[in-house]
Amino acid sequence: MLSPRNEDELAEIVRSSQDPLAVQGGNTRGMAPEGIALTVTGLSGISLYEPGALTMVVKAGTTLAEVNDALQSENQRLAFEPMDYRGLLGTDGEPTIGGVVAANISGPRRVAVGSCRDFVLGVRFVTGSGQIIKNGGRVMKNVTGYDLVKLMAGSRGTLGILTEVSLKVLPQPETESTVILHSLDDRTAVKAMSKALGSPFEVTGAACLPSRDITVLRLEGFTESVRYRSQRLADLLTEFGNAETTRNKEDSAEIWRGICDAKSFHDHEGDVWRFSVKPSDGPNLTDRLETTELMYDWGGGLIWLKSGRGTNMRAQVGKFSGHATLVRADQETRDRIGMFQPALPSVAALSDGLRAQFDPRGILNAGLMTAA
Amino acid sequence: MQMPEPNPTILSLKPRLVTRLTSVLPKDAVIHEISETRAYECDALSAYRCPPLIVVLPSTTREVSDILKICYEEGVPVVPRGSGTSLAGGALPTADCVILGVARMNEIIEVDYDNRIIRVQTGRTNLSITGAVEDEDFFYAPDPSSQLACAIAGNIAMNSGGAHCLKYGVTTNNLLGVTMVQMDGTIVELGGAHLDSGGYDLLGLICGSEGQLGVVTEATLRILRKPEGARPVLMGYESNEVAGEVVSDIIKAGVLPVAIEFMDRPCIEACEAFAKAGYPICDALLIIEVEGSEEEIDMQLGLIKQIAAKHDPIEIREAADADEASRIWLGRKSAFGAMGQINDYMCLDGTIPVSSLPYVLRRIGEMSKNYGLNVANVFHAGDGNMHPLILFDANKPGDLETCEAFGADILKLCVEVGGCLTGEHGVGIEKRDLMSHQYTRDDIEAQMAVKDVFDPNWLLNPAKVFPLEDSESRRMHTMAAE
Repeated sequence: MLSPRNEDELAEIVRSSQDPLAVQGGNTRGMAPEGIALTVTGLSGISLYEPGALTMVVKAGTTLAEVNDALQSENQRLAFEPMDYRGLLGTDGEPTIGGVVAANISGPRRVAVGSCRDFVLGVRFVTGSGQIIKNGGRVMKNVTGYDLVKLMAGSRGTLGILTEVSLKVLPQPETESTVILHSLDDRTAVKAMSKALGSPFEVTGAACLPSRDITVLRLEGFTESVRYRSQRLADLLTEFGNAETTRNKEDSAEIWRGICDAKSFHDHEGDVWRFSVKPSDGPNLTDRLETTELMYDWGGGLIWLKSGRGTNMRAQVGKFSGHATLVRADQETRDRIGMFQPALPSVAALSDGLRAQFDPRGILNAGLMTAA
Repeated sequence: MQMPEPNPTILSLKPRLVTRLTSVLPKDAVIHEISETRAYECDALSAYRCPPLIVVLPSTTREVSDILKICYEEGVPVVPRGSGTSLAGGALPTADCVILGVARMNEIIEVDYDNRIIRVQTGRTNLSITGAVEDEDFFYAPDPSSQLACAIAGNIAMNSGGAHCLKYGVTTNNLLGVTMVQMDGTIVELGGAHLDSGGYDLLGLICGSEGQLGVVTEATLRILRKPEGARPVLMGYESNEVAGEVVSDIIKAGVLPVAIEFMDRPCIEACEAFAKAGYPICDALLIIEVEGSEEEIDMQLGLIKQIAAKHDPIEIREAADADEASRIWLGRKSAFGAMGQINDYMCLDGTIPVSSLPYVLRRIGEMSKNYGLNVANVFHAGDGNMHPLILFDANKPGDLETCEAFGADILKLCVEVGGCLTGEHGVGIEKRDLMSHQYTRDDIEAQMAVKDVFDPNWLLNPAKVFPLEDSESRRMHTMAAE
C-alpha cells in the first residue's frame, strides 16, 4: 500500500509509477479499481476554517468525522449531507472528505440546497502525469477560468487525485421537524412531495418509503419558524390525508439519517441500484421493475431499489431519461453489467478525451467509470 | 488590451462564407454589410471595438449546428454572443470572426411546475424566465444586475451571479441540463431534469467556460417557489472594520440572509446626492434582507438587530412597509447610475475572503491616493464579491490607462489575500492577461487541455480567457493549417 505523506510525495509517486494505481480514501465504497493501492489518508488535517466566512479548506485524506467535529463546535455543517456507505456495503474504514468529493456524494438535502459539487469552492489535485494543479479557490463566487472543480467532483479519482478541497459550509439549524403522510401510493406520494417542494415553506427533504407506508417532508430552521412552517405545510397537504408531525428534533434526525444512509437496504440480500430521474418519472419507471425493496428520495428523483442477485435493472427498465448505478453486487455482476450508466457516444467521446488529457497513461483507477 | 491580428486568408473567404451560410439560413439571418455588422462591434466593455466579418442569427439548434459545421470546415473562428452585456469583453469580435448571436432563439420550450423546471432556448433574457413563471409564484434565482437584457446563453457562458447568491447560488447551481453544439456541429445533450450527473460533470464544466467549449442552445433551469415575503434592514457604521465584524457575527449566529450589501463612504455620498434615499452619511452602510412569513422575518431581523446593536451603529432602520423597503434599496440599486452621473467608471468584480474586507478596503484607499483616481466600493458582503468602481475621465488622455493599471492592482490584491480575479463577470479579454497572477502555467495548461478536447482547432472564442502568449501555439496551429 502506497501512502504518501504530502502532495509532493504523492506527485512523485504518480510521476514515477509504471503501474496502474488504485486510489483510496477511507475505502468505504468498495470501488476496487485495478492497480497498486494508494491511500491519501496521509494527507490529513484542516488547513483553514473561517466560520464567519462559511469556508473550510481541508486536506483530502481528512476523515469526515474530523470535519464534522470541527464544524459542530461552531454550530455549522456540510449542508449536502453526505451518505455513509458502510452500512449498505458492509465495509469498514473511515470515510474521507476527499472520497466524498471524488464521488460527489450528496444526501436528501440535495433537493433543496444542491449537491456536494455545489459546495466545493476549490480543489488541488495531482494529474495522471504527476502534475500538481489547483482550480477555484476559497471564495464563494469565482468565475476565473474553467470550473475544473465541477469536473473533479464526481470523477472518482480517474482524472486526478484530490489533495485538498475548499468547502462552503452552512449554519446548523436550531431545530428540525418531519411532516409525515401515511398510506399514499407511489404516484400520489410523488404528487404530495412535488406540492411540498413547490411551496414557500423551504422543505429540505422529501422522501417516500413504501415499505413503511410513509411519505416524509423535512423542515429546518429556528424553532418558531419550523413550528409555523410545519403547520402551514400540513394544512397545504390536507388532500393527502391527515399529516402527523414529529415531536422532537431527534426523532426527525433519525428518520433522515436512515434515508440518507439507505438503512432499509442494509440487510445483505440482493443487489442495490440507484436511479436518478426526473421526479415525476419515478413511479412509471418502478412499475417496469421487479423489486423487493424501494425508496424514493429527492421528491421522487432519486430511487433506491433492491433486485434479485445478478439482474440487469438497466436492461429491464429500457430507455429512460437519467442514469442508473449498480451500487451493491458481487464482483462478477459488476463486471458483467457495469456499475455506471453507459454514456451516449457523443458524451462518451468527450469524457474519454478528458481522461486521455488528464491521465494520458491510463494509470488512475483504471477500469473505473469506463463503459461496460 | 491586445487582440490577435486577423488572418488575411480568412478575410478573403468572406464571399464564399456568405454564400455557404446563406444556403443553410434564411437570408435575413446572415449579416455581412459593414454598416450592419458594426452593431456587433462590442459588448458592454465598450472601450474595445472591432466589427466582425459576418454575423449570423440562427433560430434553431439545427441551424447552429449547420453554421458551426461550415465554419469548422473553413477554419473560421466563431464568437458566440448572447445579448452583448458582458463587462469583460466576452463577446468582443475579431475582424476575421463570425459572430453567432442567439437573440432569435427565445422560445420557452416547457414549463413543469411539478418538477420545478423550465426548458428554454438560450437567447431568452434572464428576467423573462421569472416573467414566464411568476403568475404561479415561481422565480428563477440568479439575478445579475443586467437581468433585463442579458441572455441565458451569456449567463451560462459566464456562470453569472447576482445579489441573492448567498442563499440561492449562481447559474451553475441552478442549471440542470443543456443542449450544446460543438464546433464541428455535433449536438450533445448534457444533464436533463434529473439532479445529478451519471459520468463526469460536463454540465458543470461547460458552465462558465465563456463560449469556448460549445454553443449552448437550450437549457433546463431550476425554478423555485417565491418566499412568502422579504424585508430589508439598513445599518450604518463608523468604520469598515466594524461593519465587517457585524457581517461575520450575523453569519456565525446561524442567520442566512438572502442578501448582504455593503457600501463605503464615497459610494454612499454619491448615491445620496443622486437618489436621495435618506441614507446616513457614514463610513460603511449595510443593507441586509431576509425572507419568510411576517413572523419569521420579524424574528430574523430581531436577531440581526440585536447583533448589529452590539457594534454601536450610527443608525439601524427597518422597513415598516413596502414603501420604506423600496427606499432602502433605492440608493443601492442606483449606485451604478449615480457613479455614471459623476464620471466615467470602470467596474471590477474581484472576490475576497470576507475576513480580509477591512484590509482590502484600506489598501484600495491607499492605492487610490497613489493613482490619483477616486474609487467607490459597493459589494455583496455575504459572499465577498467586491465591485470597486474606479472613476476616471475618458476624455483625459492617459486616464483610461491609469484606471486599468489601478484596476489590475486591485485584482492582484484580491488574489494576494486568497480571493480571485472575477466573481461573476468572467475573464473575457479584460482579465485575460492577469490569469497568471492567480494560476501557474500548469494550472492554465490544465484548463487549456479541456478546450483541446471540445474544440481541438481552437476556433471558438479563441482569444479570450487565457493569456495570448499561453494560447498562441494552439491558435497558430490552426492558422498554419489554413
